[in-house]
Amino acid sequence: MPDPASTSQVAGHRRWVRICHWLAAAGFLTLALSGFFILLVHPRLYLGHAGNDLTPALLTLPIGNDLRPDKMQSPVVFTELPGAPVTAERNFPIFNQNGWARSLHFLAAWILVCAGAVYVAFGVVSGHIKRDLLPRGRELAPRALLQDLKSHLRPAVGSVGTGPPYGLLQKLTYASVMLVVLPLMVATGLTMSPAVAAAYPFLLDLFGGYQTARTIHFFGFAALVLFLLVHIAMVIATGFGRQLRAMTWGNPR
Amino acid sequence: MKQQRRIFLKGLASSAGVLLAGCSQTEPPTYGNVLRMGDLLTYKAHRLLLPAHSLAREYDYSDISSVPAIGTTNPADPDKCPSFDAENGSAYERLLANRFADWRLVVAGSVTAPRGFSLDELKRMPSRTQITRHTCEEGWSAIAQWTGVPLRSVLEAAGIRSTARYVQYYSYDDWADGIDMMDALHPQTILAYGMNGRELPISHGAPIRLRVEKQLGYKSMKFLRRIVVTDHFDDNGAKGNIQNGWSWYAGI
Repeated sequence: MPDPASTSQVAGHRRWVRICHWLAAAGFLTLALSGFFILLVHPRLYLGHAGNDLTPALLTLPIGNDLRPDKMQSPVVFTELPGAPVTAERNFPIFNQNGWARSLHFLAAWILVCAGAVYVAFGVVSGHIKRDLLPRGRELAPRALLQDLKSHLRPAVGSVGTGPPYGLLQKLTYASVMLVVLPLMVATGLTMSPAVAAAYPFLLDLFGGYQTARTIHFFGFAALVLFLLVHIAMVIATGFGRQLRAMTWGNPR
Repeated sequence: MKQQRRIFLKGLASSAGVLLAGCSQTEPPTYGNVLRMGDLLTYKAHRLLLPAHSLAREYDYSDISSVPAIGTTNPADPDKCPSFDAENGSAYERLLANRFADWRLVVAGSVTAPRGFSLDELKRMPSRTQITRHTCEEGWSAIAQWTGVPLRSVLEAAGIRSTARYVQYYSYDDWADGIDMMDALHPQTILAYGMNGRELPISHGAPIRLRVEKQLGYKSMKFLRRIVVTDHFDDNGAKGNIQNGWSWYAGI
């Protein structure tokens, strides 16, 4: 466990931050890729507990399988039931790589969750999260925010460090990704597990159902991909090689 | 939809399967495949961390939704059965012709009284009706009402032995799968012959399908034919999930 007093003096990223960063990066890229393949199988999003090709979608993404209800065969209406739900047959093959995609998704999730747990534990004990990630109250003044936003529009190579202290927007971004979006991804992911949802049914109520959890999981994915793109753009803008070395080997003293 | 399953890993897996045949397997084999190791980790973590007696959410009558029927929707029709086999198909056709009067669910293996159960016999046993969510690995879900006899009652009627650890099941569309005792004896694990107050439609697995409510839809096998209780783990070779590149445990 690093000593907070000494590590705060060291410029650049601490070793446990670097290890967790690359484990999480590997985990996230694998999750994003396998998650994309999983999404291709059924690119329709819904709210509530039930949602399928025979029910209206909140959003249909223009990717993957096109499964219009009119392609289904032999519909039967359960006329005696409220809303007269139907059943219909799907008798054609669809694109489905979920055999490896799902298992790879959960394997990568184990890696990301473990890296995240280590990060949060070290981050709390060492004070890194409080000191380097959470903005101080006065930093959040609108003028300070505007100032930081403006400074992001100027070329910055060489003028920015390779670790803490972070800028205001940088802090807000890292803190929301690590402390809000990623935990939300884990929670909505677990809600989609039939065994976990049976054990902890409050998850279904918290998110408003299996399909709502899946929809939130998708928008979380979209937010994380957006973060990744901006993150890489910022790394390039402030010296790609320099930043990559600092996050991999640390800074030479 | 799992017809692509058979393509995966077949060569590697079948050679490893030969080596393992006859061994007394106690848990899902991984065949050295890192994805199957991840599946095993998830399975063990669920069994270690999740309470055994929790029930899957049961919904209200008004929550019942439309339900697609996928995979095999009639084992006797080659256009409706990706795993069509002429012999199984005609066997199912004959059963269908006299409304499953000759259908018998064979229960064998680690039981003191192996036997066949007729549909009427199963319907006379105490039943359970539950409105639950069918969650497909594809990403969709549907809510329906299922009526059937708890698998536990049938296993007990056949005299399940105390050494039993897994329950394997086989279908008329030529699939094979299995669950552990925790899921097999679970009160919501039923052999369903009714759906939404009607007879189970052919497309949903008539005369009987399994419902395993704490796992994904593909474990809830349709068109049941035979149940075999085993003392050891059986991956069901080339017909099972593992050698087809899918997770045997589908609680996630």
